Amino acid sequence: MGAVVGTLTMQTRQRRPSRDKIDDELELSIVCHRPEGLEQLQAQTNFSKKELQVLYRGFKNECPCGAVNEETFKQIYSQFFPHGDASTYAHYLFNAFDSSQNGSIKFEDFVTALSILLRGTTTEKLQWTFNLYDINSDGYISKEEMTDIVKAIYDMMGRYTYPALKTDTLKQHVDAFFRKMDKNRDGVVTLDEFILSCQEDENIMRSLQLFENVI
Amino acid sequence: MAAGVAAWLPFARAAAIGWMPVANLPMPVAPTNKNKLQDELIILNVSGRRFQTWRNTLDRFPDTLLGSSEKEFFFNEDSREYFFDRDPDMFRSILNFYRTGKLHYPRYECISAYDEELAFFGIIPEIIGDCCYEEYKDRKRENIERLLDDLEDNKDSKLPNMTVRETMWRAFENPHTSTMALVFYYVTGFFIAISVITNVVETVPCGLTPNQRDVPCGERYTEAFFCMDTACVMIFTVEYLMRLFAAPSRYRFMRSVMSIIDVVAILPYYIGLVMTNNEDVSGAFVTLRVFRVFRIFKFSRHSQGLRILGYTLKSCASELGFLLFSLTMAIIIFATVMFYAEKGSTSSKFTSIPASFWYTIVTMTTLGYGDMVPKTIAGKIFGSICSLSGVLVIALPVPVIVSNFSRIYHQNQRADKRRAQKVQKARLARMRISKSGSSTAFLHSKRNGLNQSLELTLPYYKMKLSPQGSIEEDQQMKKATTLLESQHHHLLQCLEKTTNHEFVDERLYEQGYLQTTLQNFPSQSPSLSSEEGMTGTCCSRRVKKNIQPLNATHSHPHTHNLKELSTLHIHCREQHQLNTSRSSLNLISDESGSLNCKSSGLVTTAIISIPTPPSNNSRASPDAPPHPNPDSPSLPNPGTDVVKISSL
Repeated sequence: MGAVVGTLTMQTRQRRPSRDKIDDELELSIVCHRPEGLEQLQAQTNFSKKELQVLYRGFKNECPCGAVNEETFKQIYSQFFPHGDASTYAHYLFNAFDSSQNGSIKFEDFVTALSILLRGTTTEKLQWTFNLYDINSDGYISKEEMTDIVKAIYDMMGRYTYPALKTDTLKQHVDAFFRKMDKNRDGVVTLDEFILSCQEDENIMRSLQLFENVI
Repeated sequence: MAAGVAAWLPFARAAAIGWMPVANLPMPVAPTNKNKLQDELIILNVSGRRFQTWRNTLDRFPDTLLGSSEKEFFFNEDSREYFFDRDPDMFRSILNFYRTGKLHYPRYECISAYDEELAFFGIIPEIIGDCCYEEYKDRKRENIERLLDDLEDNKDSKLPNMTVRETMWRAFENPHTSTMALVFYYVTGFFIAISVITNVVETVPCGLTPNQRDVPCGERYTEAFFCMDTACVMIFTVEYLMRLFAAPSRYRFMRSVMSIIDVVAILPYYIGLVMTNNEDVSGAFVTLRVFRVFRIFKFSRHSQGLRILGYTLKSCASELGFLLFSLTMAIIIFATVMFYAEKGSTSSKFTSIPASFWYTIVTMTTLGYGDMVPKTIAGKIFGSICSLSGVLVIALPVPVIVSNFSRIYHQNQRADKRRAQKVQKARLARMRISKSGSSTAFLHSKRNGLNQSLELTLPYYKMKLSPQGSIEEDQQMKKATTLLESQHHHLLQCLEKTTNHEFVDERLYEQGYLQTTLQNFPSQSPSLSSEEGMTGTCCSRRVKKNIQPLNATHSHPHTHNLKELSTLHIHCREQHQLNTSRSSLNLISDESGSLNCKSSGLVTTAIISIPTPPSNNSRASPDAPPHPNPDSPSLPNPGTDVVKISSL
């Protein structure tokens, strides 16, 4: 009986080295990233030195290794919306922020996007928003993409809303959006249609200026 | 507000621009940063040791002392620093909490001193990080138990107003409470001992008559032993009945192990009384006498150690089961082998495999009686292998059982692990509550109309209030919602505007949902009902907004009113013919012409306006009055009603 036990333990021991190799690989992949210099960033964006300092301190505190991956991003964003599920919208946001599409947001991406959103011209802001909505980056916003975006926004509200969410609320919302934006009724919204329609709408124009003083 | 990610709030707000084109309604005004301080270093002087940090770092946790304006009380004008007369060593971990967002418990610190520091700085212990939390809880539990033990010694004084039954039960459970209980305890112990000794002595041969064979004493002095037995059983019966009477839960008492032992101990006597005549069952009666030995288990009431032993065996059931199983396997294997090995030899005692079981057991447990011995060489070889492996197989589970016993014994001095799991659940619940505090904070501020972004219209509404109400209003307004909170709330309001729905409490959501399903007036036409879901609510929301001039805890840009009126007016007209008598009860102010909308609210939706008594006219709560806002009982009426009214 002892011999049986002995042979069993020897077999398990052989499997261990391969597992150690996997651990090594994992450690290598967590690489730190340092951003470009302060002057360079200042030139590329519309932020002052002090603002960049404050931004970087906050960023580095949350992500000591210099880059955010999607999971962390989703977690951080979900903390602001405790009622509902912010993960889908966070996913779209992540793709919009991650300009190099490599699965992580570095400080430069972060600051560039913030610069557009907070200090950019309205056209730039609208362009950024268009890129956000255009999930597959084909230059057109289709109805499906819009439905996905609107659904993600409604998901953030959670279940307990007043009035209670009905099944066709989403559809109505998307239809209203398309009625407004799609000028030539071809089923998709291009960048020019989008910018034009938004510029016509006073509400949107006003709300774009809403977050001027965020930093 | 989610702690530690305050740094990301600007990013989240900037990302809200992504909602703007989707939204149909204008967004609320953003809260302004009135005192836009540049981020500066502040000095915290804790008993002479100076700590420096950014002001923003401390602002991350606004509901603690350092994060709120409470620290201004400690500001020293002369040295321009904040002075705290506290332990500087412990302050390190507190300040690290602000820096990293995780609170750690240093192991060398005294637990009560640490608790005091946390309480002083307004930090709840539940947010101690997982790495240190178990240690913290263990130390805290030990401390509490130590204090409790000290208390219990003083606690044994009799509480007044205890019924006879309760006193008796207490006396039974804890013999040290009174002398009567102690006497009873010792008397029963004595009689248990007597009874056990009697059972034993009964079988000892004390035959004195030489011609006869030795007779056990029980048969010689039958009456004497019978009297002893009767006396013991009397005592035990009386004791059992008294316990049964005194037990707080008789059913639970009857199911407990000790009472079953009691019953089993005294039952044979009574059965014996009944069955003495019948000869056939006297054989069975004799076996019943065996059960009298169970009286010895009654001693476990008197001994704590016995109870622990019993509990250990119960909890080591899996280890014992493993021991049994592996032994059985080994026995079968070796018995088979020995049988076939010894088959050849003459006059072998190994007549069958089951007969070899006895040899295997005796050999494996290293007893070695010697009544069965292998004679062939093969048999001897396998016999020696058997005894060697027996040592191993038995030696393996025994330390586990021993360590179990030791663990349980120590556990008996501290709290149960099971209680720790409940505490874990409670801790998670508390953390969830404090996290969801951010969501409830938003709902609270909606209800109380503390959204400072719409301060402009407040003074107008203030005038309409009674003087007393306005004082309370003022106090409420001045209640600090930090900039961070107001920015977060503004973000959530933008989301509400984008989707054209509001956040509500779960409770209210349920109620609204119920009322939609239950309160369907027969007068409505079914074709309208489905539509009115949307429009009715819009209308009644519209109407509720009109009530706001009365309530005056809400400020609402008038532009919003007019805009929504225009778009929804059409829908409202449809329900014109409906009953308007109720609306008159509910409204007294001069609304703009959408009064008729009110009636629409009656019909289908959650917003049934139940007529409120005229004295409470300001209480135009469209929802059923039976849910007064429990959170703010001291607020004047306007404040309590606006449960579902949007502050947007």
